Amino acid sequence: MTATTMSMAKALNAGLRRAMDDDSKVVLMGEDIGRLGGVFRITDGLQKDFGDERVIDTPLAESGILGTAVGLALRGYRPVVEIQFDGFVYPAYDQIVSQVAKYRYRSGGRVGMPIVIRIPFGGGIGAVEHHSESPEAQFAHTPGLKVVACSNPRDTYWMIQQAVASPDPVVFLEPKRLYHSTKAEIDVEATPTPLFSSQVVRPGTSATVLAYGPAVSVAMGAAEAGLADGLDLEVIDLRTLSPLDMGPVHESVRKTGRAVVVHEAHRNLGMGAEIAARISEECFYSLEAPVLRVGGYDTPYPPSRVEEAWLPDLDRVLDAVDRSLAW
Amino acid sequence: MADLVDPPLVQLLTPEGERVEHPDYRFDGDDQTIAALYRDLVLTRRVDTEATALQRHGELGIWASLLGQEAAQIGSGRALAPQDFAFPTYREHGVAWCRDVDPMALLRLFRGTDQGTWDPDEHNFGLYTIVIGAQTLHATGYAMGIQRDGAVGTGEAGRDAAVVAYFGDGATSQGDVNEAFVYAAVMNAPVVFFCQNNQWAISEPTTRQTRVPLYQRAAGFGFPGVRVDGNDVLAVHAVTTEALQRAREGSGPSLIEAFTYRMGAHTTTDDPTRYRHSDEVERWKLRDPLERVRAYLRRVNAVDEAFFTDIEAEAEELGVRLRAEVRALPDPDPTTLFGNVFTEQTPELAAEQEEFRSWSASLETEVAR
Repeated sequence: MTATTMSMAKALNAGLRRAMDDDSKVVLMGEDIGRLGGVFRITDGLQKDFGDERVIDTPLAESGILGTAVGLALRGYRPVVEIQFDGFVYPAYDQIVSQVAKYRYRSGGRVGMPIVIRIPFGGGIGAVEHHSESPEAQFAHTPGLKVVACSNPRDTYWMIQQAVASPDPVVFLEPKRLYHSTKAEIDVEATPTPLFSSQVVRPGTSATVLAYGPAVSVAMGAAEAGLADGLDLEVIDLRTLSPLDMGPVHESVRKTGRAVVVHEAHRNLGMGAEIAARISEECFYSLEAPVLRVGGYDTPYPPSRVEEAWLPDLDRVLDAVDRSLAW
Repeated sequence: MADLVDPPLVQLLTPEGERVEHPDYRFDGDDQTIAALYRDLVLTRRVDTEATALQRHGELGIWASLLGQEAAQIGSGRALAPQDFAFPTYREHGVAWCRDVDPMALLRLFRGTDQGTWDPDEHNFGLYTIVIGAQTLHATGYAMGIQRDGAVGTGEAGRDAAVVAYFGDGATSQGDVNEAFVYAAVMNAPVVFFCQNNQWAISEPTTRQTRVPLYQRAAGFGFPGVRVDGNDVLAVHAVTTEALQRAREGSGPSLIEAFTYRMGAHTTTDDPTRYRHSDEVERWKLRDPLERVRAYLRRVNAVDEAFFTDIEAEAEELGVRLRAEVRALPDPDPTTLFGNVFTEQTPELAAEQEEFRSWSASLETEVAR
């Protein structure tokens, strides 16, 4: 075992480095990712080691990043683009939805778009507007895109490499507030779990809590706190949002009879709505209570001094679990 | 406004069919090359008129006519080297012709039986792009790929490659086109931006898109721009040849504004009588891109009359073939809708496909009953 302790930021850096070593067609693109190493330092040192032809500081225009990535992909490259912050992805939305997502289908399967779109997402860092959003449902709702969210350094190390190797476009969501906050020992020779799979990260019996990205640590915190009340929560890290891997979810809900979905994104038409619908279709007779959702409120993201009130926390998760149990 | 309509444009063949000199550009082909271009122009127009007729007969859902723009497309399309790559809008039927894309591939798209499934790599011709201007960024990215492949500025014949991005006057207002100009300029990418200014973006005249002649926009981005008579196949060929060579050599992007005219409607759903005067159309008829080449070939006796009748016969044959093949095109099997979303079908899509199959089967049972 070759184990190294890494933060999520370091895991991303190491994963990208390995992906670039493995395939000379992998190029990184984004704003400030070169000499600066990205505003979060995810690409720190990569331009120095791989050159500015492979680690490209782009002009400050997001549609341009995605549009030129499409062209590079057509020429046989595998662009990994960094969108600096979640709220800046919208200028690129047309290229992502109308071009990246549809190319394979329109071309009758002849032309793929092996592009990874890395987006630091979610709040909790005290930032100004447009720096704390959770746009995942917009991409998960788009046929032709795959969407994943990592929640811990170990998964992140493998998931970024798997995403780069994917022949299909992947929106890769990184919980920015966890970039530097947690560390994990990573065995770089281990066999990773498949990218598009959900995982039970804490087995339990009282209820199933489903989360992804930054909400996984909230759910895990709730499970720990719930022990004092005699709750034994099962926590599933969804990891993949499109396609969803519902097998482990259905299995868990059939066992616990209760499900609570947690995400930072606002609730209306969010991932929780789709997951609740699928659980009710597949596990109707196992359910003891409706599937409940804990998320951000249906407002624009609030000013940072009140963001903690807006973001789901372990108390709101446990409250939802209590309501489910009291049904 | 005067310079919008009276541009200093590059012209090598007058509307009357007379060759004229230009200090910077010359057409380097002989009369046989011009005769071959004439054949391209006629056959492309025939594809277009046949497609318009097929739409009128209900065989196509819609058609975007290139009538009037044949020289802009054939002149530039024939300037491409085999290793060059072209990114079209949805009206580049003449360029498709030059890239050996069978017109049936275009007609399938406009009939609605597929979404443009020629192989871009086989023809070095991208898929038709309907979102206005999006392809200019694809072209720029592709050109960045050429740079990374070391296929620019080597001087090795057949290796150095360039990209041409087609777009229209309306597209110049799009953010993507302006971003493409920025990216191409700062990357020094081997891309030629080829704007067919056909004067109309559906109902909006070029004056709704710009206060300066479009080719002058290039200067602000830091690369050369030139306005060419878009109805002069020789001038378009000469100007494009030079711009492509410049790109292949590593001298970076350039902008060509091919000053032309959309003789027909925007598409078969459009009614241009609502927004433009017929005298404008009549004026442009006098600058027809085909007539001047025919006049030239006759004037210099480059070909005999049989040449013209043979091409007419070939065009007729092409029209007949397209008509028959379009009418015979089957609708796609709906169960194939669920493929090619991803490299491998997801379980979710497989389930939806199965759901559709059983639904269809249940309807058939219903009908049988």
